[in-house]
Amino acid sequence: MHFSIQNILFLLVAAAGFGLFAWQVRKIRANILVGRDRDMSGNVSERLNKTLLVAFGQQKMFKRITPALLHLIVYVGFIVINIEVIEIMIDGLFGTHRALSFLGPLYSALVGTNEILGALVIVAVAAFWWRRNVKGVRRFTGPELRMWPKMDANIILYIEVILMVALFLMNASDLKLHQMEGQDLPGAFPISSLLTGLLPNNVGALEILERVSWWAHIVGILAFLNYLPSSKHFHIILAFPNVYYSRLVPQGQFSNVDSITHEVKAMMDPSYQVPAPATNPDGSAMAPTPFGAKDVNDLAWTNLLNAYSCTECGRCTSVCPANITGKLLSPRKIIMDTRDRMEEKYNSPLIFQPNLYGTEAKHAEQEVLDKENHTLLRGYVTPEELWACTTCNACVEACPVNINPLESIVEMRRFLVLEESAAPNSLNVMFSNIENNGAPWAFSPSDRFNWADELYVAEKA
Amino acid sequence: MSNLAAAGEEPEILFWVGCAGAFDDRYKRVTRAFVRILEHVGVKYAVLGMEETCTGDPAKRAGNEFLFQMQAMQNITTFEGYGIKKIVTACPHCFNTIKNEYPALGGNYEVIHHSTFLQQLINEGRVGVAGGGEFKGQRITFHDSCYLGRANNIYEAPRDVLAVLDADLVEMKRSKANGLCCGAGGAQMWKEPEPGKKDINVERTEEALAALDGNAAALHNLLGVESGNAGATPAPRNAQQGSIIAVSCPFCMTMMSDGVKNKERENNVQVFDLAELIATAEGLNA
Ligand code: SF4
Ligand code: SF4
Repeated sequence: MHFSIQNILFLLVAAAGFGLFAWQVRKIRANILVGRDRDMSGNVSERLNKTLLVAFGQQKMFKRITPALLHLIVYVGFIVINIEVIEIMIDGLFGTHRALSFLGPLYSALVGTNEILGALVIVAVAAFWWRRNVKGVRRFTGPELRMWPKMDANIILYIEVILMVALFLMNASDLKLHQMEGQDLPGAFPISSLLTGLLPNNVGALEILERVSWWAHIVGILAFLNYLPSSKHFHIILAFPNVYYSRLVPQGQFSNVDSITHEVKAMMDPSYQVPAPATNPDGSAMAPTPFGAKDVNDLAWTNLLNAYSCTECGRCTSVCPANITGKLLSPRKIIMDTRDRMEEKYNSPLIFQPNLYGTEAKHAEQEVLDKENHTLLRGYVTPEELWACTTCNACVEACPVNINPLESIVEMRRFLVLEESAAPNSLNVMFSNIENNGAPWAFSPSDRFNWADELYVAEKA
Repeated sequence: MSNLAAAGEEPEILFWVGCAGAFDDRYKRVTRAFVRILEHVGVKYAVLGMEETCTGDPAKRAGNEFLFQMQAMQNITTFEGYGIKKIVTACPHCFNTIKNEYPALGGNYEVIHHSTFLQQLINEGRVGVAGGGEFKGQRITFHDSCYLGRANNIYEAPRDVLAVLDADLVEMKRSKANGLCCGAGGAQMWKEPEPGKKDINVERTEEALAALDGNAAALHNLLGVESGNAGATPAPRNAQQGSIIAVSCPFCMTMMSDGVKNKERENNVQVFDLAELIATAEGLNA
């Protein structure tokens, strides 16, 4: 143990890094909790099972094999490298050197695996970069993916490469130092050992290189951690709770609006007791909640959690029949808009305000947005987008982290219809047909049985 | 139903016809085909006739929760009045709504889509292909309805039903959980589509035709299909040979039929519901 000023410095840096991260997470949590309450308790084993399969097991990723394999490398690499981060933390705080090396062969296996995964991560990241920037996979384009979201995706790829390179430089210089001093360095270094030849044969320079890359690695990780809350890469954390809290009912089952049920029951049966409206803590009646959703706080907290878990992968949009055939609707955009709106309305500045950069560009192709009513509906999402949805659930099925864009779409449609009576005219015709004729078409209810007339014409004649 | 009730009889099942099944001229043929099958196998069934009213599905999907619940309560009252327990319907939208959304309003029933019902009849040996080989050599592709498939995880029943036909079954590139909507769901049936490059039903029909014709080039020209998830391309086939797009939903029926007309292929591509195919194979649709 060589306790030094470096350890105090490290303590400060680490505390600042984690503290800042906690502060950001609190803000995000507060944003999510502005959503409407929804009881998601119970069904623990079913939920855990789902989390295990979909989040840990990457089940839905494997609908597309190439990105799934690449993603798996980065994902497993991330988990294993985190074990090494524990060691770095211990070394940094207590001035030890490779504190976990007492594990012996297990340690060698760990470090060796880590190195191989690190190299694979670089390969995977390069492939990701190529798919995104050169090959131009369709779902990585689209109006909602300009400016910041596009940059964000690449920034993470660069950070990942920098972290891996720092790891290799650290290991390689450490290894060479030990070699030059004729000592054995615990661990196995299948990749770094190939790099030692490229390093200077100067002990002083190596010591500096080892320290610099050690610091680069850990500071890089802390910076990465604090970058996450501003980035779509926050999904590496929120994917798990998001899948845990995903819907367990059939996808075709839309939520029931209980307040309407009370009204309808009261209409049909005058003796029906409508439950008393909820009260504020001081006993006064609470302002009635609107039907459906106009702004983010009208959505359920799970919908808001969805927005922070979105990886912006566009799998939803790429299977959306409306989007495929050129309509404005993009389920990914609905989700991204929800997040942008939360950060605009509530605890916006995380460390910086990336999600709001380039919103102009994002909306460029849409109808002029209503700046007065700057809410999620109309301020971000236009009725035209909402009415293009066929409620086909393809987006829900496709999302690798079980996000449900359809729920938010339906909530906003409910607001348009029930609060603003702003449905397209042809739908209003359909509504009045149902009211008057009991069918969405203008047919007389007395013709309902006519199909039977021709059933056995031959016999009847 | 009221006749049965008056006679003090209880049906095994209530056949829920649905608005499309009652009013849409094309789908009335499906209603009749299904009734012929029911009578053929001797299931004691009832229909509500004029006591039936819209389930409220289109209202709910369009956001009119109030209207939906009015309709639902009305239907639940009717069901309760007759002590209905088991409901069969040929419409996936009615099926989904009654099965999944009525319970929250107090209506709990065993609801079965006719594809599952037909599959059961086939498994029990009550329906075969007595008419024999009618569809032998015909190429058939099945279009998954969103409200049957993704909404309720029913993918195999319709395929099992088609399997007894002894036809040449092919899958479209996007099928089962990845199936593409016909474009009518979510109350789209009652409005013009938003502006875009193309109507959804045309895209879907092109996909069906590509599968039926075994036309690999056409398959690759579809919008938004990523090469990564390509299925096997069926053997090429003369586009003049007759083929069938099988559906199990009234809206899909309308959309796919319109698509076939749009592509001017009515002369050799027909759109049939599962019930019609089975009734024809059984020689019941004479
Ligand atoms: S449910 Fe709506 S948004 Fe989702 S894929 Fe279908 S049409 Fe697109
Ligand atoms: S909602 Fe899901 S599928 Fe769509 S972009 Fe976000 S993570 Fe991807």
